[in-house]
Amino acid sequence: MQAVFEHSPPAGATARSTKRTGFLLLSPSVLILLVWSIVPLVMTLWYSVQNYNLVDPTLHGFAGIDNYWYLLTDPDFLHALLNTFVLVAGVLLISVGGGTLLAVLYDQEFFGRGIARIMVISPFFIMPTVSALLWKNLMLHPIYGVYSAMMRAVGLTPIDWLARFPLMTVMMIVAWEWLPFAVLILLTAVQSLDGEQREAARMDGAGPIARFRYIILPHLGRAISVVVMIETIYLLTIFAEISVTTAGGPGVASTNLPYLIYSRALLQFDVGGASAGGVVAIVIANIVAIFLVRAVARNLEA
Amino acid sequence: MATVELKNLRKTYLTEEIIKGISLSIEEREFVVFVGPSGCGKSTLLRMIAGLEDITSGDLLIDGQRVNDVEPGKRGLAMVFQSYALYPHMDVYKNMEFGLKLAGMPEAERRAKIEHVARTLQLEPYLHHKPGQLSGGQRQRVAIGRAIVRNPKVFLFDEPLSNLDAALRGQMRVELSALHRKLGATTIYVTHDQVEAMTMADKIVVLQKGVVEQIGSPLELYHHPRNLFVARFIGSPPMNFFSAIFQGGDAAGSSVQLRDGSTLHVPVTSPGLLPGTKVTVGIRPEHVELASSGPNSGVVEVIERLGAITLVHVRMPDGEIIVVQTDGAVLTDVETRVSLTLPPRNCHLFAPDGLAFEACHRHPLAA
Repeated sequence: MQAVFEHSPPAGATARSTKRTGFLLLSPSVLILLVWSIVPLVMTLWYSVQNYNLVDPTLHGFAGIDNYWYLLTDPDFLHALLNTFVLVAGVLLISVGGGTLLAVLYDQEFFGRGIARIMVISPFFIMPTVSALLWKNLMLHPIYGVYSAMMRAVGLTPIDWLARFPLMTVMMIVAWEWLPFAVLILLTAVQSLDGEQREAARMDGAGPIARFRYIILPHLGRAISVVVMIETIYLLTIFAEISVTTAGGPGVASTNLPYLIYSRALLQFDVGGASAGGVVAIVIANIVAIFLVRAVARNLEA
Repeated sequence: MATVELKNLRKTYLTEEIIKGISLSIEEREFVVFVGPSGCGKSTLLRMIAGLEDITSGDLLIDGQRVNDVEPGKRGLAMVFQSYALYPHMDVYKNMEFGLKLAGMPEAERRAKIEHVARTLQLEPYLHHKPGQLSGGQRQRVAIGRAIVRNPKVFLFDEPLSNLDAALRGQMRVELSALHRKLGATTIYVTHDQVEAMTMADKIVVLQKGVVEQIGSPLELYHHPRNLFVARFIGSPPMNFFSAIFQGGDAAGSSVQLRDGSTLHVPVTSPGLLPGTKVTVGIRPEHVELASSGPNSGVVEVIERLGAITLVHVRMPDGEIIVVQTDGAVLTDVETRVSLTLPPRNCHLFAPDGLAFEACHRHPLAA
């Protein structure tokens, strides 16, 4: 497109008419995008200021900021907010930290590297619900689980992970799903490092740790920031893993913001309250996005 | 400064031997150039000396110490890579500082050293630029500076000028030679460019397929190539070769019969060769003389005029082409018949196994 227009004169009637044609050609897709994103947003905003409960038709009409007031003063909301951030931060830490180390490891030559690489990537291809069920019933189940059997084999009492450490266990499952993504991106980044740079560092007397710290890690900076940004966007909306394993419990111990909104809307049928939660989630996601995009953009410029 | 000694160095990669037993000794302050066609093993040999490649067998001695199993950083060497291999996230100062910092040198000493080197290489205005902001020649200088600050016993260069354009390459060649004179450091330099080899080296090592073909000063290689490979590799345009029949020889020289029946008496010894053996005669284009009439005539097929010199390609009656380098102002045209004179003292004779006959008199510049 750009290449075609570059040859037309920059000013005058021709330029104006090409501009108008451009707008005309763009308008259908812009219109669809507007409808796609604006309509749900406006509806959510509208419901969030309405009294609207699916099982109580008598309760209706304008609610003002009541829905928001109830939500923000609810201790469950603060708990869910905290859980959301703990979950995001924990998974990021495990997947980026572990991913960096694994990427460096899988960059080395060793026997069976091809198969090992495929295996480390494979969790990424498993659906979230399936992997959560696998962990819940196959690996961590206090009676049938593989880990329980292993613990019994060495004389320990099995732990009911999902009941004792619900949030940590969900975090572990999600980290297991996202580690491959980090490894995949970071491995390609490690491989793009110029071999002569590593050799120059060796000639400069840098051992493996100094090479990792001063050569490989700075080289990975961009890739790490991209992984952090993409993962954060997805991790803010974790739902399936919680729904399948703990259903947010016990109590609200493993409830995050998306799950709280879901339980308000479809377990308590409070559409108004859930919409208020949705609006808060949008605001939080945007705040995070602004910081992230800024940080990443700065990193990509350098 | 230091000496380097290679004793029957070998390198096997999987099942293929790529360095087939190289012995060589490099003196203090010497500028040694490894030269050869691509794939000859010259870079591998350099990397073995650097410690970036394992040595399969043989000994590598630096200053008389065996260093086969010493880490690259502890051998007291510095290397300049073909891609410069500067650390892109560090500025020029930090690039040069990296090795010193790892060696635990105090801050003040590091600063003094880096500033001194930056002054020598005219890098002072760029000390706080990142490599990405520098031109090719400047990056090259930073890479050299990073090597110099470490005050190594031996400098290793791996085709350092091949990424520069022709004009800059010529300039850096002169700068490197001057720098070597100033620092007086033992230097090993790998290149495939024979101009670099001829102009900079004290000693050239010609390699082919993991074997040393000849070791000698640039003019020794030019005037007294040990075999056909070196004769063909050194010199541009390359030496002309044609076959002849060996007739006999004595202490004063050897006689060969050329294809057209004429006899050439070349001042080289020929111990133990039987008359009637097929030999190869070699003569450089710059030594063949052009005459308008006489024996040994052929037809001019191509003329390349380079201004100062002219290259005349002459098709001989037996079908072979002989290239003659002559004056830029020569009037000869294509399709004309010319006669060639082969001055015997500039001819080389090669036995069927490719080895050159020993010259009766060494060239004064190649003694």
